[in-house]
Amino acid sequence: MPKPLIALLATVLVAFGVSYYSDHIDPYYLDVLTDIGINIILAVSLNLVNGYTGQFSLGHAGFMSVGAYTSAAITVLAGPRLLGDDGGTALQQGLLFLVALLAGGLGAALAGLAVGIPSLRLKGDYLALVTLGFGEIIRVIFQNVDALGGALGLNGIPNYTTIFWVYTFAALTVFTVVCLVRSTYGRGFIATQDDEIASEAVGLNTTRYKIVAFVVGAFFAGAAGGLYGHFKLTITPSGFDFTKSIEIVVMVILGGMGNTPGVILAAILLTVLPEVLRAVDQYRMVIYSVLLVVLMLVRPRGLFNFDYAAIFTRLKRKLMPAGGAR
Amino acid sequence: MTEFTQQLLNGLSLGAIYALIALGYTMVYGVLRFINFAHSDVFMVGAFIGYFVGEHMPHGTVGGGMVSLLAAMLGCAILGIVIEKLVYRPLRDCPTLNVLITAIGMSLFLEYGGQLVFGATPRAFPQIFPAKTFAVHGIIVSMNQLIVIIVATVLMVGLQFAVYGTKIGTAMRAVSLNPKAAQLVGVNIDVVISFTFGLGSALAAAGGVLYALNYPSIDPLMGVVPGLKAFVAAILGGIGNIPGAALGALILGMVETFVDGSRFSTYKDAIAFAILIGILLFRPAGLLGRFTAEKV
Amino acid sequence: MAEPILQLEKATIRFGGLTAVNSLDLVVNEGDLVGLIGPNGAGKTTVFNLVTRVYPLTSGTVKSGGVDLSSQSVNEVVETGIARTFQNIRLFKSLSVFDNVRVACNLHRESGPAHTLIRMRAFREDEASITRRVEELLGLFNLGRFRDVPATSLPYGEQRRLEIVRCLATKPKLLLLDEPAAGMNPSEKVELMALIQRIQKEFSLTILLVEHSMKVVMGVCRRIAVLDYGVKIAEGTPAEIQSDPKVIEAYLGEPHGTDAAHH
Repeated sequence: MPKPLIALLATVLVAFGVSYYSDHIDPYYLDVLTDIGINIILAVSLNLVNGYTGQFSLGHAGFMSVGAYTSAAITVLAGPRLLGDDGGTALQQGLLFLVALLAGGLGAALAGLAVGIPSLRLKGDYLALVTLGFGEIIRVIFQNVDALGGALGLNGIPNYTTIFWVYTFAALTVFTVVCLVRSTYGRGFIATQDDEIASEAVGLNTTRYKIVAFVVGAFFAGAAGGLYGHFKLTITPSGFDFTKSIEIVVMVILGGMGNTPGVILAAILLTVLPEVLRAVDQYRMVIYSVLLVVLMLVRPRGLFNFDYAAIFTRLKRKLMPAGGAR
Repeated sequence: MTEFTQQLLNGLSLGAIYALIALGYTMVYGVLRFINFAHSDVFMVGAFIGYFVGEHMPHGTVGGGMVSLLAAMLGCAILGIVIEKLVYRPLRDCPTLNVLITAIGMSLFLEYGGQLVFGATPRAFPQIFPAKTFAVHGIIVSMNQLIVIIVATVLMVGLQFAVYGTKIGTAMRAVSLNPKAAQLVGVNIDVVISFTFGLGSALAAAGGVLYALNYPSIDPLMGVVPGLKAFVAAILGGIGNIPGAALGALILGMVETFVDGSRFSTYKDAIAFAILIGILLFRPAGLLGRFTAEKV
Repeated sequence: MAEPILQLEKATIRFGGLTAVNSLDLVVNEGDLVGLIGPNGAGKTTVFNLVTRVYPLTSGTVKSGGVDLSSQSVNEVVETGIARTFQNIRLFKSLSVFDNVRVACNLHRESGPAHTLIRMRAFREDEASITRRVEELLGLFNLGRFRDVPATSLPYGEQRRLEIVRCLATKPKLLLLDEPAAGMNPSEKVELMALIQRIQKEFSLTILLVEHSMKVVMGVCRRIAVLDYGVKIAEGTPAEIQSDPKVIEAYLGEPHGTDAAHH
């Protein structure tokens, strides 16, 4: 069995185990772990679009909100009817949740298509602002859909999110992005970012690469949104605004655009840090902004942008000198 | 009919404010090919300067109003120049993405730093100019609206003169057409860029004060949405094109006002973005702009 | 007689008021090694851009093997077997030497993008054969030792060579080389000439070459077309071109020795 698949299944197993024994774990830590997992999904999926394919998207929170609302609509509006008065068995709930999450992802993917296609011929600043605009349009639309709570938001979302679900999807996200990019096909994403004209000149359909990046990125953002909604139990349109998109962007930049392990580390750090620095929470955005500026001036490659594969290989060699003569 | 003319007037006033902000975006893009994300927050700082100076001036006088306005314009001109020198200039040769991220960081810094310093709760902007309303042929014209239109017109005429009638204005146009050639004929790029930032920021500040006059609630995040709309206006007119920015802003102001008065009023913020997407799909160069292809 | 591998008929490109390429007739048959020369701004790279569909034709036709190329997009033209290099080398700076060539193998990939996730045997075999192919190509051109190095950190001559190798990975029938000798010293030029002749033989290629260096052009090309202000003013063998008064005049503005004397 190929290695990535083994890693994926192992993670799912561990996640299941942790979830099973979650009663024995401090709920505060469970919450932080859940937050970390959701942010990993968001950051890694955005990294595919921004980091690998070079499409600077500032509207990722918009896709998250589509996923959140779509999945919540299913569990809140259709759920009671499907599960019956007793709320259904754990298996039924789990199945419903899975369907809701996938639907959220698909809805977001469709939104990704809608955003990606017009944005194709745009570069840098233009693209950033258009994706920002799309994020805002999505927000305004949800503010006007009274069936989903309008500006006041949607309440009463069932508490379906567990460590198992979050980390299964996180593993799936990482698995998908890494497998996609580390292949001959996937080199095309990076080539598209480096030089579109040269990419076309070696036969790559850069348009398709950009769309795939947008759609796959949006799908997982949508799944993250669904997980988020069933974790916080309440969602509002303004909770998925530009600020949220920026938070995710900071993770990608800090981690080093196009460096998945780095981005995961950055996501963990940027989830844990605000918890640790609860006291100075009001300074959070100011710190982020200064961080962005200083990073760009001093170390644009990001703080965690290391060649983890090389580090890992070197470590392996040091720890396992077996294998014959030096 | 009077309803229509009333809306026309409202749209004109709103469009004038968007124009003042849009001009800054378009001028900076013209010389640096970069969208100054922090520009919308300079607009906000202008409103706050106007607020603080206005509090110390006699309310409701033309003199007091003018002092507040000019103080805001001067203060923001300096702010714009400082930001450019400190943060954008060191990155001038870096990929645009890096500069864009820096601009976003700068914008956030002004917004959330402003929240820390001024608090997030909105403040009431003082009535710095005399408050009067006239009724002309059944249309209600407030003094504030009149001031917006007059000041905006004066400033835009002034800008036109600055850009087409002065040496530095010509230098600015030269740099926006071909920076290397401009340098070769002796233009000091740094001075021109500082001038552009200063000018654009002063106009945004005026926009901030005028906006606060008509919508007298100011807070540190007030620049985000008007800024985005002004940016759309600049794109609509053709980014880099000065008359285009004014035209785009006017159109946007009109459209938004009419939508606001219609039954789709809750979508009025989304209209600007819908227009943005429309332009970029069908006419990316904007109404008056020119699309330059990349040399292969 | 087979259809020519490239046929331009009255091909014209106009940018606003400027006619970059003016009613150009050019035929390149299979196995040809044709040179395209002319003073700066004559429109040579524009011809490449129109063949590879970077610029659309204003009028006229461009065909390959009898098939009209005007409806194709840039990446589709590569599928029909036409590859090109660039005047200013365009390597992928974030990719290694190996990956630069590997990414060009996407055109002839057997498995689809979804297979990158499932990774069954078919995918693994596909990737393995691509790896073998890339290593083979790199080895043939003495670039194997640079395999994992970032492509843009190579010395200039190696970068030019890599760009050509990358083209070869797309299995072209027609190769357009845009000023491959630019920036080379005389000994590098000799190596380049040998390289061009070698790849033509080993890969059964037809080559169309834009070049300023008369040494290279006269040395490898069997036929030369001369452009001036977008118009073809002469076509023939190297000897014919060298003595053509119109060509001499176009380059120097007056009857004098050509650049050939200096190279």
